[in-house]
Amino acid sequence: MKIVLHRRYRFSASHRLHQPGWSQDENFRMYGKCANKHGHGHNYVLDVAVTGPVDPATGMVTNLADLDAFIEREVLAEFDHVYLNEQVPAFRSLVPTAENICRVLFDRLRPYAHARLAAVALEETGANSFEYAGESWESP
Amino acid sequence: MIYLTRKVEFSASHLYHNPDFSPEENRRVFGKCNNPHGHGHNYALEVTVAGEPDPSTGMVLDLKELKDILQREILERMDHRFLNYEVPELAGKIPTTETIAMTIWQLLEPRINNRGQGRLHRVRLYETPDLFVDCLGNGQ
Repeated sequence: MKIVLHRRYRFSASHRLHQPGWSQDENFRMYGKCANKHGHGHNYVLDVAVTGPVDPATGMVTNLADLDAFIEREVLAEFDHVYLNEQVPAFRSLVPTAENICRVLFDRLRPYAHARLAAVALEETGANSFEYAGESWESP
Repeated sequence: MIYLTRKVEFSASHLYHNPDFSPEENRRVFGKCNNPHGHGHNYALEVTVAGEPDPSTGMVLDLKELKDILQREILERMDHRFLNYEVPELAGKIPTTETIAMTIWQLLEPRINNRGQGRLHRVRLYETPDLFVDCLGNGQ
């Protein structure tokens, strides 16, 4: 039977949506308040979905202690309480929209050794959420 | 195709223990979940049925029937129970969220798929708001 396990994690970070190649007017037209010079922050909720066979000895797709340690190391240690544009190298040349954060996180989490990464979903606020499952993914 | 989802909640206790493991191995693999006295959760179950509405009723499946199936098959079996000892379908298994979701699928599929147009599509079981498992059966 196909099993997909979802685990949710939280991090708080600031960002600014701004394309350096555009004028200030163009940036404000496209990104509105999100282009403000000093950035602003969100409480992000990250949903990590993994899939794979259930180990008969443990009843688990993956041990949550392994998944938690991996997410702590790969995501939370770098993304929590930082300014994404300046402090996460991936966003020095990539606008940290939630879409781009999803893609960066998916690529970063794909090497997880204990189960196959199925998708990542990111809630930027209670009203906006984004999901990414790799380029071959077709929306359900 | 319409996907219809009904939610129910139940509260139950469990523990994780593999009799083939040494006591140290059980503690290492299962952590606090190995406490021999067990511990409990408020589980939330979302059951999704897929199908075309019956033209004479406009329904995929009569929700009263689905409610009765969930009451009889799941709540009467699992609500306010110690899952390891009081649910025969889980006897001798490690009642992880994965295992419980697969057991619920097996209990519901023959009941739901024999009624009208609907087919069981997904069992989503939340152990906490931050940990949940989707069982998708053998399809997809």
